[in-house]
This record gives sequence, C-alpha cells and structure tokens, in this order.
Amino acid sequence: MLDFFNIDSVLSEEERAVRDSVRQFVDEQVLPIIGHAYVEGRFPKEIIPGLGELGVFGANLPEEYGCAGLNNVQYGLIMQELERGDSGVRSFASVQGALAMYPIFAFGSEVQRRTYLSRMAAGEIIGCFGLTEPDYGSNPSGMITMAREQQDGTWVLNGAKMWITNGSTAGIAVVWAKTNGDPSDASIRGFIVPAGTKGFTAKDQKGKLSLRASDTSELVFQDVHLPADSILPQSGGLKSPLMCLTQARYGISWGAIGAAMACFEEALDYSQNRVMFDRAIGGFQIQQVRLADMLTEIVKAQLVSLHLGRLKDAGTFTPQQVSLAKRNNASMATDVAREARRLLGANGILAEYASMRHMANLESVYTYEGTHDVHSLILGQAVTGLNAFK
Amino acid sequence: MKIAVCIKRTPDSESRFRIAASGAAIDDTGLKFDIDDFAGYAVEAALQINEKAGGGESVVIAIGPDSVQESLRKAMSMGVDRAVHLKADAVPADGIAIAKALAAELQSGGFDLVLFGKHSFDSSSAVVGTATAELLGVPCVTAASELSVTGGTGVARRELEGAAELVSFPLPAVVTIDEGVARPRYPSLKGIMAAKKKPLETKPAQLGAARVTVQKAQLPPERPAGRIIGEGVAAVPELVRLLQTEAKVL
Repeated sequence: MLDFFNIDSVLSEEERAVRDSVRQFVDEQVLPIIGHAYVEGRFPKEIIPGLGELGVFGANLPEEYGCAGLNNVQYGLIMQELERGDSGVRSFASVQGALAMYPIFAFGSEVQRRTYLSRMAAGEIIGCFGLTEPDYGSNPSGMITMAREQQDGTWVLNGAKMWITNGSTAGIAVVWAKTNGDPSDASIRGFIVPAGTKGFTAKDQKGKLSLRASDTSELVFQDVHLPADSILPQSGGLKSPLMCLTQARYGISWGAIGAAMACFEEALDYSQNRVMFDRAIGGFQIQQVRLADMLTEIVKAQLVSLHLGRLKDAGTFTPQQVSLAKRNNASMATDVAREARRLLGANGILAEYASMRHMANLESVYTYEGTHDVHSLILGQAVTGLNAFK
Repeated sequence: MKIAVCIKRTPDSESRFRIAASGAAIDDTGLKFDIDDFAGYAVEAALQINEKAGGGESVVIAIGPDSVQESLRKAMSMGVDRAVHLKADAVPADGIAIAKALAAELQSGGFDLVLFGKHSFDSSSAVVGTATAELLGVPCVTAASELSVTGGTGVARRELEGAAELVSFPLPAVVTIDEGVARPRYPSLKGIMAAKKKPLETKPAQLGAARVTVQKAQLPPERPAGRIIGEGVAAVPELVRLLQTEAKVL
C-alpha cells in the first residue's frame, strides 16, 4: 500500500498493528462485497458484527466503557482503512463512534454511558445523529426542532431531520433540538430517542447517486414523548453538536485519504497492465503526470492528518485546523478519484472498478460535515479575524 | 491445557523479491513481515482448543532478532497469554539447529501440546516441527487440518491425495498445522492494546550447529508473456490444438 514518504517509520508498532488489522478486515470482508452493495443501493449490514468484534466503533473512547481506548492517530488510521473500502462504510463507523457514542460519552449521564456505550462499541446498538434539518444544513443554529419540558420533567419533541446517516438502521437517535420555545441556539440540547418511540419515524431517502452503500434517512418527530432521563444532561447550546462534528471531521480527513489511496492503487495497477499502442499506458508521460500529481497530493494529505492527530493527542488541536484538514483532504480525494477514473478509460465507469464509486461518494464527503465552502469561510475568519457569516 | 505455539516470521508471499548482495538470501529491504500463514493457523488452533476447554494457557515462541517481537505481540493480540523470544541474529537454514533451541526451551515447560505450522513459506523444509518432536521424545502428527483434544488424547485429521485420515495420539505431542483448522482471527483493537501488557520473555536461543547452509538463492525464471489466440467461440479450436500440441496438457 502506498507509503511514499515512509510514514510507517513514524507510526508506533501499535498504530501499525491497528491499521493492519483493519486493513486485512477491509480487504477480506468489505472489498469483495462492496461493489455489489453499492449497485444494489444497500448498506452491507452483514459486516456490522465483524466491525464490532474488531472494535472499530468509538475506538478512541475509554476502555471502561467497552471501547478500545486508542489514540487519535490509531482512530484516524481506522477511518482511512474503512474508507479505502467505501465512504459509506467509513460514514457508518464515523456516525456510530463520533456522532452517537461520543455525545453520550461527553454529554451523557453515567447511567446513559453504562447503558449504551459498550453495546454500541460491540455493534449491538446502532446510533444516528440528528442535527441537519431540511431547511437548515450549513446553518444549524436556525433549526426549528423543538423539545418542551412537561411539568413532570418529561419532554415532548416535534420537528424533522434530514440527511441522517444510519437513520433507518439505528436503534437510537441522538437528536438535537431547541428547548422550551427559546429560538436562540443557546437552548439547543441533545436527546436520546430510541427507535420505535411513538411519533418517531425514519424513512430512507431514495434516488441517491452517491453513498449508495449507506442508509440516509429523514427523521420525523411528531409529539414524541420522552422520559426525563432522555436528555443528555451536560449538553448545552450549539457548541455541543459542533464538538461532535469536530470529532467526526477529524476522522473524515483520514477517511478521504483512504478513498484516494484506493483510487491511486487501482489507477497505478491499471496503468502498468493496460496495453495501448503496444505498451503499458503507465509508460506514457500524460499518465505519469496524472499519477505523480495524485501521489503528491495523497502524501501531503497523509502528513496533514498525521500531524493533526498528534496535535489532537496532545490536546492542542483547534477546530479550525480540523476544518483545514477536512477541506483539503476531501477536495484532494475528489480530484484523485476523478483522475483515476479518467486514467481507467471506459473501464473506469464500471462498478467492477472502485474509482467511480469513490468519485461519486466523495461528492458527499466534500459536502457533508461542513461543506468545502463553509470550511473556506471558517479558515478565512481564522486568519482575518473577520466573520463572513454575519 | 498448556499449549505452546512455535511461530516463524516470514515475508509477505506477494512481495516482489530480490536477491541480497550475498547472493545466498532474499533482500529484506522494504519487505513486510508477518506471522507465517501456517503458523497463524496454529495460533488460532491453540486459542480455540483452550476456549473450548474453558481455560488453559497458551504461549507463543519465536527465534530471531528483535524484530520477531512484533510477531509475538501480534499472536498475543489475537489472545495468546504470553511470549518467549529466543534471541538470535538470524534464523539458520538448518531446521535441526532450530529444533534444538526450541526443544531446549520446551522440554521443561510442561506443555501438553506443541503446535507448529506445517511448513514455513520462506524455507518450506517442514523439518522443525518433526525434529522438535523427536528431540522431546513425543509423538508427532504432521499437517493436521482438524485437531481436537479429549482427556489425554488428541485426534487429528490429515488430508491426503484423494483421501483423508483420522489419527489419534497421546499427549504430550507435537502437531504441525495445515490450513483448514480455522481461519486465524483478526487481532481486535482491544487485543492489540492488551498485548503490550502481556509478558514477553527474552533469552538467548541455544541453537544447534548449523550443518545445512544456503549457498545460492535464485529467483524463478520470468514467465514468458501470454499470448492472445483470438476471441470468443471462434478461438476455441486453435486453443485446444495448442493445448494439445504445444502445452501438451490435454
């Protein structure tokens, strides 16, 4: 596998061991089935128990909650390998770990942690994350989903969420809502809503041309009664869900590298074996430039994510640094996937090859968890001190 | 049950190999090493026997330079309880010299079962397991594709050309493992972190004198390029003719 700058030499043995174990799992359990699953438009649920046994869900959360207690570089390498399989598979793990388990860990009560985290780590309970609404994507502070506290301390939830990965698969939804009629984003709190609760429905969004091996759903809450202990007690304001997104985006920055690596490897292999004009097309300068550009961008992205992981482990990383890594790496991967597809010529449009699947997936990765454009504005604000949103 | 698994660390079989400057070995540069495939099956067999019995101890042993510790830790990350590293600058080509070091380590260990891979990918000599059994004075079963233990008796299935046989043997014993026993499990991420805390003992390997040495290593000749005879049904008669007259396989 591509490691042009010998990055392995600055990974610890445990970091390499984690990467290699997940790599082997993806090679043996994901790659043989993912092309079909993608064409069929289904998430391959059959891999969930294996992923749980391996320990990828919430792998950077503490061992006392049944998680692996890995460092953030190890966590990133897991995301890289999963997305080398498919962005849908990595999205599943990102949502489960960073967007469902993390808020329960960070904002939940001890009872909530004990109730959910170890079973979620094992893949027995699947979670989803409800923040985005039909009319509030890049601007989550405008959300209209509302929870009202009743006199007995219970809650009634009303609203709708959209583009929710794992929405129809999940046993629990971590839902973000404003509270008690307060329209400011300071009133946003998190709630754990079990599937099957009366008034809560999840419907798959059909017709996707990207992330086809992933369930994407619309969640509707109509007078959903929730017990008092369904609220995440430590959550408060928009900052809470944004903290979750920072965790997930960090993983995405690594995941995009995995997708790009898969495309590069496929293109490289193809260029060495596809003969045209009596020679391997890899011998033509135009394909060598293509491969050199892809290689260079992948290596740069690898170094960005690795350093970001070291900063995260040191506790000194900033959300703006995560924005830079997500923005760069997702954009880099869309370019690499497109160039790989082009190098593959007509074969590149077949599901038998991975590049066009990755190319289509990466358009979602480019767009979700903060679009490329929004991250541009976050970086613009970080360096100028001027807020383009207001 | 107390089970020892002797593993070898070998290069990935799908690597592109080069001959080292000495002309008598493979150049290790850039090669990725791991537990040999058959030894991986042996590790899995040991874990399953003890899991089925609901207890026991498994110990993994390897000879070589410090780099073999990575493979020992991998076996522990799969679930093996502890490891012994018999330190040597290099693994000799003489299987009997290796067996002497292993027997010296194993003889006082009180093991019920000692498992090996049926042979290693890089030397394919299939000597070490059988020679170790001889040195320990215990029964030896080679190339077991299934293995079970009841009381003090083991039963193994061996795949033969066009048939199979079941053999039984008293413990303690040495068994070399073929694929088919059980596919080696993935090291879980928790297992990888736990392996760091498991005991790994290092001691010098008491290798026997190496009487067999490699004089020269050669890569297989390059395969000639393939030939496309034609396409579709029309090409079949010519293909059959060439398979009969040229390749002489029909």
